[in-house]
Amino acid sequence: MADKRIDQATNTETVGHEWDGIEELNTPLPRWWLWTFYATIVFAIGYVIAYPAWPMIDGATQGVVGWTSRGDLAKEMQAASQERSAVTAALATTPLERLDADSGLMRAAISGGAAAFKVNCVQCHGAGAAGSKGYPNLNDDDWLWGGDIKAIEYTLVHGVRQPGNDDTRFSQMPAFGRDGILSGSEISDVVSFVRTLSDLEPASTASQRGAGLFEANCAVCHGSDGTGLREFGAPNLADAIWLYGSSRQNITDTVHNSRYGMMPAWGQRLDPVTIKMLAAYVHSLGGGEDIVEVAEDPEVEVDEAP
Amino acid sequence: MKPPDPLPEGDLLDHARVAKDANPATARKPSTPAPDAPISLYEKHTTVHPKRIDGRFRRFKWLVMLVTLGIYYGTPWLRWDRGPYAPDQAVLIDLANRRFYMFDIEIWPHEFYFVAGLLIMAGIGLFLVTSAVGRAWCGYACPQTVWTDLFQHVDRFVDGDRNARMRLDKAPWGASKLAKRFWKWTIYLVISFWTGGAWIMYFADAPTLTRDFWAGSAAPVAYATVAVLTGTTFWLGGFMREQVCVYMCPWPRIQTAMLDEKSLIVTYKHWRGEPRGSLKKAQKNPDKFGDCVDCNQCVAVCPTGIDIREGAQIGCITCALCIDACDRVMKDVGRPRGLIDYATLEDCEREAAGHQPRPVWKTLMHPRTLVYLGIWTAIGAGLLFALGTRERTGLTVQPDRNPPFMLMSDGSVRNSYTVKLRNMQGRPRQMELAILGLNGATMWTDDMAKDEAAATLTREVPADVALPLRVYVIAPRGTTSQDFAFRVTAKDEALGAGESDSSETHFDAPEPM
Repeated sequence: MADKRIDQATNTETVGHEWDGIEELNTPLPRWWLWTFYATIVFAIGYVIAYPAWPMIDGATQGVVGWTSRGDLAKEMQAASQERSAVTAALATTPLERLDADSGLMRAAISGGAAAFKVNCVQCHGAGAAGSKGYPNLNDDDWLWGGDIKAIEYTLVHGVRQPGNDDTRFSQMPAFGRDGILSGSEISDVVSFVRTLSDLEPASTASQRGAGLFEANCAVCHGSDGTGLREFGAPNLADAIWLYGSSRQNITDTVHNSRYGMMPAWGQRLDPVTIKMLAAYVHSLGGGEDIVEVAEDPEVEVDEAP
Repeated sequence: MKPPDPLPEGDLLDHARVAKDANPATARKPSTPAPDAPISLYEKHTTVHPKRIDGRFRRFKWLVMLVTLGIYYGTPWLRWDRGPYAPDQAVLIDLANRRFYMFDIEIWPHEFYFVAGLLIMAGIGLFLVTSAVGRAWCGYACPQTVWTDLFQHVDRFVDGDRNARMRLDKAPWGASKLAKRFWKWTIYLVISFWTGGAWIMYFADAPTLTRDFWAGSAAPVAYATVAVLTGTTFWLGGFMREQVCVYMCPWPRIQTAMLDEKSLIVTYKHWRGEPRGSLKKAQKNPDKFGDCVDCNQCVAVCPTGIDIREGAQIGCITCALCIDACDRVMKDVGRPRGLIDYATLEDCEREAAGHQPRPVWKTLMHPRTLVYLGIWTAIGAGLLFALGTRERTGLTVQPDRNPPFMLMSDGSVRNSYTVKLRNMQGRPRQMELAILGLNGATMWTDDMAKDEAAATLTREVPADVALPLRVYVIAPRGTTSQDFAFRVTAKDEALGAGESDSSETHFDAPEPM
C-alpha cells in the first residue's frame, strides 16, 4: 500500500496513489451527507416492508400496512358516487318529462349525459354528436324515430334493429333494385322524383314518371308527400337532411340496396339513470323536440294541464 | 511588514476596480494566509457596523424610508366608497373574486394588460433611473436597503454607535449582552411581524382580516404568509443585510451592466485625494499629499462595508452616505467638499484633466436617458389613455367548433356560440345582445323557447358579473360562410347608457352545391 501523506498546499491527507505526479486528496463526504444516505437506506427497507414493493413470480409483496393504490382509487370512486348519490336518487325517481322543472337537476343530468356520451356514443355519433354518413346527427331537428325526450330515451333503451329485443325500433326498406322489384330505369325515375321533393333538382318528365312509381312503392312508409313516418322510422325525404347523402348516386344506392342502420340497445348495458342523463343530454343539443307536440296519449295532456 | 496581495483578480468584491493605485494599507484587506497555511478562496464574513452620520443624503434617505414604509404599512387601511356591490378598501387584490381594486380603478382578469403595462413601466423606469442617476434604486428605494437601514437604526438605538457595537460584538456573553441582544432581536421580530402582517392586508379587507387574524379564524394561508415574511424579514434585514446585495441579488449585476460613462455614480476623485496622508503629514509636506486625510470615515459609515476609494464596485449601492461623511471631514479640515461625490465617469476624466465638470442637469440629459424617458412616458400615456377610454361593458364570443355548423331540416343553418356578457359596473344592468350583418338570422338561448328566436335578446346582467349564454344562431337556407358580429348594448339609463361592445366572429355553413 502506498504511503499516505499530508498535502502541504491544502493540509489534506492524500489517498496514497500517484500517477505521473498527480495525487488524489482524501476528502471524505461530509458526515451529515453520509448519515442522510444511511437514513435513506433505512427508510427504503421500512418502505419495502410496509408497502407493496417487491415483485414476485405471481404479483408482488403485499406490505404489512395493507395499502394499495387500487384500494385508494376504489375509496375515491366510492366517495365520488356517495357524493353523487343524492343526484342519482333524484334522477331515478324524477320522470324524464318532469326533469326540466328542476333546472339544477337538469344541468346535472346534461353534464352526466355528456360524460356518458363521450364513453359510449362518440364512436358512431362523433364527439360533437354531429354523426356522419349513416350515423344520425343528433344536433339537428330531424328525427327518424322522434326527437322528444321520451322518444330519445326509448331509442336508447331498446336500440335500433336489435335482434332479440322485441321492443326495438325496427323497420326495413326493400332492396328495390337487388330484389328485382324495380328496374334500373324505374329506380332512376324514382330518384329524380325524390330529389324534386327537396328541391335538389327541377321537375322533369323522368320525375313525373317517378311520381307514380313512388306512390305505388314508397308512399306506404314515406307518405305520398315524402315527409316520412316516424312509426316506421321512415325518413323525411322532403327536407334538407340526408343521412346517406343526397347525390343521385347515393340515393340510387339506397333505393337499389336499401339501408340498414343499427344501434345497440343500451338498456341492457347501462343503468336507467345513465340512460336518462344521456336522453337529457341528446335532447339538449339544440334539436330536441317539445314533448307536448308529439304527445298523442291523452293522459299526458291531462298531466300538462295544471 | 506590508502584506502581499495574493488575489488581485479573484476577489469578487473588488472587480471593476477603477482606482487600482489605492493605498494597500487601508484598502479592504483580502484574507492573507500565512505562507504555509492552506489557501482559502473564501473571505470570512465580517459584520458591518456602519457609523451614524448626518448630511443631505442621510436626510434624503430618512425621507425615502418614511415615505416608502408609510405607503407600505398604511395603504391597505385607506377606505374608498364603492357602493354596496364592491369592497370599500382603496387598494385590494381580491384573488378569490379575481378583481384588483386601486382607488377608482377596478381591474378585471382580462384587463391584466394594465398590470403587465405597469410592470413594464417599472422595468423601463429602473433602466431610466439607472441610466440617469446610477443605482438609486439600490441605494434608496430597494426594500432590502430600507429594512436594513431601519434595522441599523434599531442597532444604534439598542447597542449604541459603531464603536460600542464593535466592542459589544467582541465582548463575552454576559447578562448585559444577553439582555441587549434579546431586546434588539425582539424589536427586529416586532418589525418583521408587522411587515409580514401588512402584506396580507393587501389581499383582504384589512380591519376584518386583522380581527380574524387575532381571533384565529383567518385563512391558513394568511398565517403561513405572515410567518414566512416575518422569518425572511428577520433573517434578511436583521442578519444578511449587505450580503443580500452582494451575493444574493441579481439586480447589481444587471444594474451595473446598464451603467455607462454618462451615468451618475458615487465616485472617489483619486486625482484630487491621492496620495493620501493624515492631516499632520500633510501640514508638514503640503505639496506631497492630496486632499484625502485617510480618516476612513467613508468606510466607517458605509452600510455595505466597502471602501469607495477603491473605485466603482459591486458592493456600492450608491446610497451616498460616504459623501456625507467625506463632506463633513472636508469642511472640518477646511478643504473643498466633493472629494467623494456623485459624478459621471466622463466628468471625472474631464475634471482629472483640469476642465470644469458639466452641470448635473446636462449629464442627466444624455440620449440614453431621453430614450428611456420617452419609452416610459409613451407606455404611461398609453395606459392612461386605455384606462380613460375603456368600456365597462364587454362581450366575448366563442363559436362552437364541434360541430362547426348544423343543417336543419328546412335547409336553414344553425351555429352555436358561447357568449359572455360582461357588466363591469357595480350595479345590475339590462343588456341587449344583437346580431350584426347576418341577413335574416335569429337567435335563441337554451333558457328560452326555440320559437321565440329573434334578432335581439335582452338579459339582466348582475353587478360585476360576466353572464355566460349559450346562443344558437339560425340563418335561412342558402346562407354562406361569412363573418358577422355580435353587439352588446347596455340599456341602463343612469350609468353608461348606450355603452356597447361588439365582437367579430364567424358563421359556418355548408359548401354551396
